Amino acid sequence: MTAVLSVQNLSVRFRLRDAIVQAVTDVSFELAPGRLLALVGESGCGKSVLAAALLGLLPGNAEVRGRVLLGEEDLSAADERTLARRVRGRRVALVPQSAATALTPVRTARSQLVETLKTLRPDVRDLDAEADRLAERVGLPPADLDRYPHELSGGMAQRVVLALALAGDPQVVLADEPTTGLDRPLVDRTVDALRELADDGRAVLLITHDLAAAERVATDVAVMYASRIVEHGPAEEVFTDPWHPYTRGLLEATPARGFRPLPGHPPDLSALPEGCAFRPRCPRRDTCTDDPAPRRVAGRMLACAHPATEEVSC
Amino acid sequence: MLSATGLVAGYGKDRPVLNGVSLTLEPGRTIGVLGPSGCGKSTLIRVLALLHKPDAGQIHLDGEPVRRFRYAAPAELRRRIGVVFQHPRASVDPRHTLRRIVAAHLPAGAAPEETDRLAEQVGLTPDLLRRRPHEVSDGQLQRACLARALGSGPRYLLCDEMTAMLDASSAAALVHLIRTRRDLGVLMVSHDADLLDACCDQTLRWHELTSTPSEAVSHGRNRAPVAGMFRE
Repeated sequence: MTAVLSVQNLSVRFRLRDAIVQAVTDVSFELAPGRLLALVGESGCGKSVLAAALLGLLPGNAEVRGRVLLGEEDLSAADERTLARRVRGRRVALVPQSAATALTPVRTARSQLVETLKTLRPDVRDLDAEADRLAERVGLPPADLDRYPHELSGGMAQRVVLALALAGDPQVVLADEPTTGLDRPLVDRTVDALRELADDGRAVLLITHDLAAAERVATDVAVMYASRIVEHGPAEEVFTDPWHPYTRGLLEATPARGFRPLPGHPPDLSALPEGCAFRPRCPRRDTCTDDPAPRRVAGRMLACAHPATEEVSC
Repeated sequence: MLSATGLVAGYGKDRPVLNGVSLTLEPGRTIGVLGPSGCGKSTLIRVLALLHKPDAGQIHLDGEPVRRFRYAAPAELRRRIGVVFQHPRASVDPRHTLRRIVAAHLPAGAAPEETDRLAEQVGLTPDLLRRRPHEVSDGQLQRACLARALGSGPRYLLCDEMTAMLDASSAAALVHLIRTRRDLGVLMVSHDADLLDACCDQTLRWHELTSTPSEAVSHGRNRAPVAGMFRE
């Protein structure tokens, strides 16, 4: 299927008083209906800045290069009015990181959902019935909509924000770390709900550092390191046979696969080295030519001069 | 040993969160406690850290019964127990540099080299120590929180979902740091069974902690001889 969201050579940097922070560098990917792309990487690699860039929610000191195409429309060139009135919530929705704090504590879930529906879909006549329908859609008993946020469990609050994201019937759903701090059964239910959205024909971008959650539901995976996407391909292939040494290291750090931490720290995004930013931590640095230019290799995008695959000649 | 026997604790007498919980930590062993969100794991940590007064039950620290909690707990006892919380950002002062955070529990008048030594133990580089919390990642900040907890020279370390906010690599690095300190008695509470299996000498399920006090005591005694089995 053709992509609904196409990111082309996107770079974001922040100019600070004494430094320039390179948060996103030359990122390209496409999101198609029916697909769930998991964007994974260590904290501080630029994942959340990328999500904010897709929604035009970057702070004022951000400098953006490249294009974000939503259908035919270039979001990176769109003004705030267009984004606010025609894009956010309506065509691209965000599932925020912490469900409980994303809700207004002094109003019931229903009142917040109805307000959102009223704004995003003025054509809806029976707002309460539509709110009930959305609640059922995400697996929340409609009666629970009449609770206040502090009366909701973590899982229920998570469903409410999912219902809010679906209120405008968006084509694209961005979920920025939606499972942080939840326990495993809740993580599974949350990401399963996102997968259902993809199965219904929406395009879903799941930003997470939880590799188990990503592996559970993703159709595609993009691995981000130090502001760049270093490996991107079909989820099943990348998880079973990672080629980039960083992907390999990240997977081996999970408790289920050896629990071996990567040596060293991720680099400071305000002082990225020339060439491959992973080189100082890479097990193959001594034999590497240090040219990380992204290229296509057998259905994957790979930014490594010396990947961990025998089929690729270096 | 840091032992709890028949702990009853909560936030209001009618609904105890802990109802007859017993647990024993001994130096050199890492105990994992597995339980879902909301089961009372954090309350257990708070009581064991002497930060919350239990309604009933006993805590013994190195053989002596603990009688006072919170601000009334003697500093000398509190210093023997280190705590690392789930949310590193919520457990530091955002105005302080990492150096000041790491040094917080060192004895007054400790030399700057002591701070350097702690930072080095947890893998924090000198340039990171000059930064403030908003300038470092969650993983780096949690390392600082671990260094801070080690600053008082504790015998016991309590970790409350220490890695829940962290990516896989930071989590593995932090747990390995703790595993290198074989002198500590460590309690790790988590909802992640894989994590506990990978790093603990013994993993207990939440419901296994709740038993009658007399059973718990004999249980603890029986367990001691097998402790060596889990060590390298």
